[in-house]
Amino acid sequence: MVSVKVNNLTKHYGKKKELTQALSGVSFNVAPGELFGIIGPDGAGKTSLFRILTTLLLPDGGSASVDGLDVVKDFKAIRHRVGYMPGRFSLYQDLTIEENLEFFATIFNTSIEENYDLIKDIYSQIEPFRTRKAGKLSGGMKQKLALSCALIHKPSVLFLDEPTTGVDAVSRKEFWEMLRNLKKQGITILVSTPYMDEASMCDRVALIQNGAILSVDSPEGVIAAFKQPLVAVKDANMLPLLNHLHHFEGTQDAYPFGEYHHVVLKDGYAAADVSNYLQHQHAQAEVQSIKADIEDCFIALMKQSG
Amino acid sequence: MTTNNIAIQAVELTKRFGEFTAVDGISFEVKKGEIFGFLGANGAGKTTAMRMLCGLSMPTSGKAAVAGFDVFKQTEQIKRSIGYMSQKFSLYEDLTVKENIRFYAGIYGKSDAFIKEKTAFLLKELHLEGETNKLVRSLPLGWKQKLAFSVAIFHEPEIVFLDEPTGGVDPVTRREFWNMIYQAAESGITIFVTTHYMDEAEYCNRVSIMVDGRIDALDTPAQLKKTFEVNSMDEVFLKLARKAKRSTD
Repeated sequence: MVSVKVNNLTKHYGKKKELTQALSGVSFNVAPGELFGIIGPDGAGKTSLFRILTTLLLPDGGSASVDGLDVVKDFKAIRHRVGYMPGRFSLYQDLTIEENLEFFATIFNTSIEENYDLIKDIYSQIEPFRTRKAGKLSGGMKQKLALSCALIHKPSVLFLDEPTTGVDAVSRKEFWEMLRNLKKQGITILVSTPYMDEASMCDRVALIQNGAILSVDSPEGVIAAFKQPLVAVKDANMLPLLNHLHHFEGTQDAYPFGEYHHVVLKDGYAAADVSNYLQHQHAQAEVQSIKADIEDCFIALMKQSG
Repeated sequence: MTTNNIAIQAVELTKRFGEFTAVDGISFEVKKGEIFGFLGANGAGKTTAMRMLCGLSMPTSGKAAVAGFDVFKQTEQIKRSIGYMSQKFSLYEDLTVKENIRFYAGIYGKSDAFIKEKTAFLLKELHLEGETNKLVRSLPLGWKQKLAFSVAIFHEPEIVFLDEPTGGVDPVTRREFWNMIYQAAESGITIFVTTHYMDEAEYCNRVSIMVDGRIDALDTPAQLKKTFEVNSMDEVFLKLARKAKRSTD
């Protein structure tokens, strides 16, 4: 069974001189009930992909289906079955919380009462303010309302386009907890994000850059595919340290990574070689062998793909 | 005006909007050439504080000096002494690379000779020589952000304010961007930066964390982790921000 099927999808904008290739042959499948992350920076093609899958944009080439329905031919049927939360807040600012929710329920021929169970955990947090206009809500409350509206017709597939962009670390964690809970209700969820650290919250992820998929796998699988030895290095003076690391013959790549520098080593080199190399200029340096992070994988894949 | 090595000094700086105290008596100092991280949850008051320091919003009470100028009385001098860049707005998309540089440098009253010489240097540094006459709209986001930063410090300000400069930028470009920040700091420019990426907090000399309008912690990243007995800045942030009583925005 496949819930979302994307096959060699392409999309471009503009004419010859200023042509932007938004998607250049994207393929992946999402299983029913999966929490699937599309992870990549701004301009990678995430929004174009979501707009095609929610039938708001026509692809130039390739094909895609949602719940077995074709995104071009069966667009009307798909619209009944999907929930979509766009990146930009797009509810009615001059309607209240409750009016917005009722509006969306009515459009889909249902009522708040009918599917209240589905949204209860999220909606109950903003329900005390149900007579407040949507335009007067804080960012976090808007987000909860938008999610409630996207869910009120009990969609089989939910598309969330960058729900956590510009959101602080605490609110981001809370949002992902809400998604984990929703997943238990059996809804297939596709969520896009520019934050690499959110990959670990997904069942599987597609890493995307410049309209092309770099990798589709479980977070563990993406990390396991990182084969080069990797070390983290720290010293009192980080800037000269990075310079020295770049000059080490065993270094394939070196870059800052929070309080450490990460050094991707060429085959046959190990942490001990880095320690030896640093022993004169950085005698106090702390060197340890580590497992790659999703961000390490993304950087490596980006550089491989040129 | 500036007689010591302090770039920014705030004492009990406060801003109220009616009943609501957005910034609640914050006091701190930023040294010249320092990279100062200004963190806080959404709605904690960061933007309001930053607007006061940039001379764009009149404080309700307290004191602050930016580049030696008073935030109450000398806002024009402050604006001339600082650079500003944000993720949301930085460059004019429908102007070319060259036109954007010319426009910003012109606003700061730089001479044609200065602009010409420095533009050539800057374009070379950024490897943008081939894109001089392209519209900024057509540049990839990462290039745009790097160009926007260069433009923000083109007039050689004492301090540059960066409001989430790397949001949504890919991990490789994000690091290139920080490399530019380091270079600017080495040349003596003070960096005042906000970010939601906690790994970037580690790149700052010192970090302050705002909670409900107050600065609840201010120290080097290493010392903050020690104080809060955790292993990462992420955990420091979570520990502090979870105490917030204001509804998050």
